[in-house]
Amino acid sequence: MKLNKILEPQSIAVYGLSKSNPFHPANVIFAKNHLRTDSRTYAINPKGGKHYGQKVYKSIYELPEVPDLAVLAIRADFIPETIKSCIDAGVKGAIIVSGGFAEAGRDDLRQQVRDLCQEYNFPVIGPNCLGVYSPPNVNTIFLPLERIMVPKPGCVSIVSQSGGILVEIILNLIQESVGISSAVSIGNKDVIDEVDLLEYFHNDEKTEVIGLYIEGFKAGRGRDFAEAVKKTDKPVVIFKAGKTPGGTRAVSSHTAALAGDYLVFSEVMKQCGAIEANSPAEFVSFCKALGRYPGKGGKNTVIVSVSGGHGAISSDICSARGLDLVEIPEADKKELAGKLSENVRNIVSYNNPIDLTGSVSDNDIAVATQYFLERDYVDQVILLCLPYVPGATPDIGAHISLVTREIDKPVLTYIPNMPKYQMYIEGFETNGLPVSHSVEGVVYMAEALMRAK
Amino acid sequence: MDKRVSEIIAQSKSAGWVLEPLAKELLNIYGLTTSRFFWAKTKDEAISGAKEIGYPLVAKIVSPEVVHKSDVGGVVVGVKDDEELLEVFEKLSKLPAFDGVLLDAMAKGSEVIIGSKHDPQFGATVLIGIGGTSVEIYKDVAIRMAPISCEEALEALNSLRGHKLLEGYRGAECVNFDHLTDMIARFSQMVYELSDEIESIDLNPVLCNCETSTIADARIILK
Repeated sequence: MKLNKILEPQSIAVYGLSKSNPFHPANVIFAKNHLRTDSRTYAINPKGGKHYGQKVYKSIYELPEVPDLAVLAIRADFIPETIKSCIDAGVKGAIIVSGGFAEAGRDDLRQQVRDLCQEYNFPVIGPNCLGVYSPPNVNTIFLPLERIMVPKPGCVSIVSQSGGILVEIILNLIQESVGISSAVSIGNKDVIDEVDLLEYFHNDEKTEVIGLYIEGFKAGRGRDFAEAVKKTDKPVVIFKAGKTPGGTRAVSSHTAALAGDYLVFSEVMKQCGAIEANSPAEFVSFCKALGRYPGKGGKNTVIVSVSGGHGAISSDICSARGLDLVEIPEADKKELAGKLSENVRNIVSYNNPIDLTGSVSDNDIAVATQYFLERDYVDQVILLCLPYVPGATPDIGAHISLVTREIDKPVLTYIPNMPKYQMYIEGFETNGLPVSHSVEGVVYMAEALMRAK
Repeated sequence: MDKRVSEIIAQSKSAGWVLEPLAKELLNIYGLTTSRFFWAKTKDEAISGAKEIGYPLVAKIVSPEVVHKSDVGGVVVGVKDDEELLEVFEKLSKLPAFDGVLLDAMAKGSEVIIGSKHDPQFGATVLIGIGGTSVEIYKDVAIRMAPISCEEALEALNSLRGHKLLEGYRGAECVNFDHLTDMIARFSQMVYELSDEIESIDLNPVLCNCETSTIADARIILK
């Protein structure tokens, strides 16, 4: 099924506009799309009339054009017939926001919608979902605008079964200044599921990284998903919830007892090359690093720090995560010493993790970073940048970006997240250098690049 | 599907699992090496079968009611002559739904478990682990979606925390990886082809040495 008219519609019909409840999902969705997307948006309510000066249409046939997408926020009982009229009118796809299907014991409604969609090859997202955020065309996330932040544009696309988690992920990504291309909440996924969206984003030029929050696949769809991951060259980041086994089952073989559902999931994800995150924090770091450096980096890492303690902590995390802290050849240590300022030359610790000490200047940090990026035995540099070091200035990000403009290898930076240090952070982020606000996070970014290889 | 394979499966449907001699026959059809075996239904057959297999041998109960043979004393290892064999036969024949004794040639080597489970999300899977404590205590296993190639089988073996145990660690017998990975790949193809029929399989133990890998025991649970 083709999803492009759902994610990139030119025109949208919103069913269910309420005359009495201004916070009804249909009202929020209509307002958001009418005022803040590029799509032509129409409201539908059988009663007709006006809504803040906009015409409310009584049916899909009254619209001045056949819309690409229908968004349904009406009672579940009315959904099958409405889907049928959308199909008859020539609409190209629908998002069913409403709940009240299988999760509410109405399996008959689920079946009717599924049968219609299959018969007419009509793609539907949902039901029971927040739908699609895909700027500049569509945004059905019906949370009041003043209560959520708008992500900056980027190359990460997110799929989540749960709408709540989707919003949570978006907020986390915003906090780490990761740009988003699209985000889809698939809800009950009765027609379109993770596999369809993975295939869509594989072909979507704006998407470089595909992140998925998965609770479980429908029967047999795990296998299809694994095959789809194998096919795409874009990194696929996964976070799984529901890892604990639900009750004991009588098992008659050793293998069945050993191969619990989550273990199978996790092993198959490894086999097909998906990158599984163990926590939401890892998920965000993985998406961030892979969005910035697709196909770059690797195992061989140098840590450049201005504090010995930070270097030691991050090197412990690096080893636990399977990253190699490469050994610096003696000749290189001498050569680097010759390039550093006299202030620090004799007090630097030249073993990886490199401790440039608190006496460094911006220039020393940039010189050391450049030196290691230029070495063939180095895949990436982790930079532990502490803005309270007297010689480090807010220009440090710009300095480092002059280096990375010449050498296209990843520099992953840690800067503590304090309002006071915002200028330092922006100096990096504005220049496309990803910053993490924890020592763990910066190592996770390096790990993601290694695992995506 | 091979005609004999469908026969074996059809015949085993009512019990829900495949008797060991039939399971081994099925594995042989797919080119998987099992220990040499003989299914003796009478004492006379046991004596003549033992000549083929050679002493010492392993004697196991065959019964549709006994899935876990060791739990009921249904496995006797190292039977050394006709006299002992007859005693063992007599003892095993007292077990429920007795349907003969399986005589197995003794095999040597490091113990590996190869298994399969039909996963509702991913279909037929293959599980690989190193036998004994490594699997039982540490749950050190690798799982892959079937089918897999020999290269993928080798990668799966290498992903085990205890993989050094298979490389002759501290004088242990080293494993013939070509043979073992070929066995795993063939097995994965088999479970993939039979995924509509099979719920789970234990090949446990598979005894691996520097020459070959031999399936010493097989349990096939049907859907």
